[in-house]
Amino acid sequence: MAHQALAPASSLGELRAIPTWSDHLVGGAGIEIQDVPFVTVGGGLGSFVMIDLLRIAGCPVSKLRVLTALKYPWQNYEYLTRVSQIPPSGRLRSDSASCPDNIWGFPSYAVREAVSAGNLKGFLAPLWNVLTEDVLCDYWTPKAGQVFYAMKREADRIGYWETVSNGQVALVHKRDQGGYFTLLIPPAGGRPVAYRSRFVHLAVGYPGLRFLDDLQRYRQNYGDHHRVVNAYEPHEHVYHELNRRGGTVVVRGGGIAASQILDRLISDRTAHGHATNIVHLLRTYVEGAHGPSLFMRRRGGGGWAYQGFNCPKSTWGGQGRARLQKLEGQDRVQLLQTMGGTTTARRKRWRGQLDKARREGYYRALAATVEEVVPESPGTVVVRLRPAGESGTVELGVNFIIDATGLEADLSSHPVLDDLLDHGVARRNPLGGLDVERSFELRGGRCGPGRIYAAGAATVGCYLAGVDTFLGLQIAALEAADDLATIGFCERIGVARSIAQWWKWARGRQP
Amino acid sequence: MLGRWQTRLFSVIFVGGIWTAAITPLLPSRPLPPDASRLAGLYVVTMSAVGLIAALGVVLWEPLWHLLQQFRWEKDWPPVFFLLQAVPEGAVVHWVLGRLISGGILGWPWYLLDFGTTWLVIFAVIHGPMRVVFLRWRFRGGRIL
Repeated sequence: MAHQALAPASSLGELRAIPTWSDHLVGGAGIEIQDVPFVTVGGGLGSFVMIDLLRIAGCPVSKLRVLTALKYPWQNYEYLTRVSQIPPSGRLRSDSASCPDNIWGFPSYAVREAVSAGNLKGFLAPLWNVLTEDVLCDYWTPKAGQVFYAMKREADRIGYWETVSNGQVALVHKRDQGGYFTLLIPPAGGRPVAYRSRFVHLAVGYPGLRFLDDLQRYRQNYGDHHRVVNAYEPHEHVYHELNRRGGTVVVRGGGIAASQILDRLISDRTAHGHATNIVHLLRTYVEGAHGPSLFMRRRGGGGWAYQGFNCPKSTWGGQGRARLQKLEGQDRVQLLQTMGGTTTARRKRWRGQLDKARREGYYRALAATVEEVVPESPGTVVVRLRPAGESGTVELGVNFIIDATGLEADLSSHPVLDDLLDHGVARRNPLGGLDVERSFELRGGRCGPGRIYAAGAATVGCYLAGVDTFLGLQIAALEAADDLATIGFCERIGVARSIAQWWKWARGRQP
Repeated sequence: MLGRWQTRLFSVIFVGGIWTAAITPLLPSRPLPPDASRLAGLYVVTMSAVGLIAALGVVLWEPLWHLLQQFRWEKDWPPVFFLLQAVPEGAVVHWVLGRLISGGILGWPWYLLDFGTTWLVIFAVIHGPMRVVFLRWRFRGGRIL
């Protein structure tokens, strides 16, 4: 439908095939051209923190444009957290000082929660938790709703909403006289607009979520989207049915989404009393602490690999980051893989729940690979699985399968990125993500005085580990802003500007 | 390590130094004649303590804490560890002070007040306001320069 708006219909295809566009070419296709120096594509959290940084670095709103299909920057994130069982009152897996609304991380979310508490216990609890985190307590993490509220306040403060143009970005192409064209298809029949900019920032989020192959085959072959669901799509019907009748559910994956889903299943079972049995399938069953050396031992147990956050904390600003910044090629891949992998948070509540469920016999975790999933009698599917280390297969009749593996699709499944890769504006790093410099500029993507940057999940494999985290997005934005400051697009945020801007933030004043 | 050293020197010398300069006149000396030479003596003691926190930190403590940090998968240093550091560091500074400055004009309770509050102020600053002054500090392993 979006393509039809660009009459004649073949124009978009023709434009796509031309690597570098001229003003004449774009104008000749009947596309309106708008000039703006800096365009960010995506409009999610990556775009938001980039705009935030540039506003703090002295850029006026008029020089910035966010091209997005989202209504607000945290819309997609809010959706993904909600369906994966983190409501606004639930806690994220994020550090207290990772504040997408506040580049300084001060005051941290724990301090803000303490200050806003109405009683002494509410005041002391988050402070005690953050003080003793990972020693006497679990890591303190903010509530989703607190983060969303803070981002709304920051978006209002910096004039974010004035920078937004809604629509679907179809293409980003180099311009023959330098810089780029970004083609936006407005919603509901609006005329396409080409934004002519010197800088482009790509923050398109996850290229897409991917199902496990066996589950994808099942859904394609049998058209059943009811019994086999993904953790990141709405699947409330699973809990509703189990709460009414009980049943057996398979949860696949060893990450934070699996933990959240198990929490929901066990909490519901306790609340409603129906006999829900849980089979937790893991590709690798982690018995205990593991790692290549005494100095690289990660906690684990009960099937899980434990880690506070998506990556070890030092990868955002400590020795982990320093090491990664020096590594290239396979050396970087190796370190990323050692520090990465699927992990979950080691939370007392979850460990207590699972211990109890194990004792009562309704939860078991096992390492196995799935050979096949087929429908059986109405209401059940059969999972044929091969337990790790065994030659035979086992069949399980279950009511639901929840895929919480969180597999990410390849870059090429995102049309804008696919096109950029096709035309050589973007290249891949050794891990398959976008190849970016330490400044998060696309390597080889420069066009005259124009520069193109990227941030977020698409840059996985770069010199930073947690690229798809709050702090990772902020680091990427800061590096890009610093790079832009070197060529005079904005001010560098030095000591004086940092203090002055923080003071404005604290008082809720415009940057 | 470079970040640890820079953070140690900046926070102790500037933050700790300013705080110590402010509270030293409030500390009693033993005996307590309120004359200028006694105040000067107090400053010698308290500022020596600041200097020792910085110097011993660079030479002895930071390498040790860094080594211990290597046993943590996260390679982080939880806030409570920073507070606990005060126990051995404070004891060693007191012991060295006693040998450097004869007379021991600051008694234990007042030493604890001086050292303890200085430590708490440094703790508060590096867990918050430091990030405002030096925006990139926390992303660069504590390096200021």
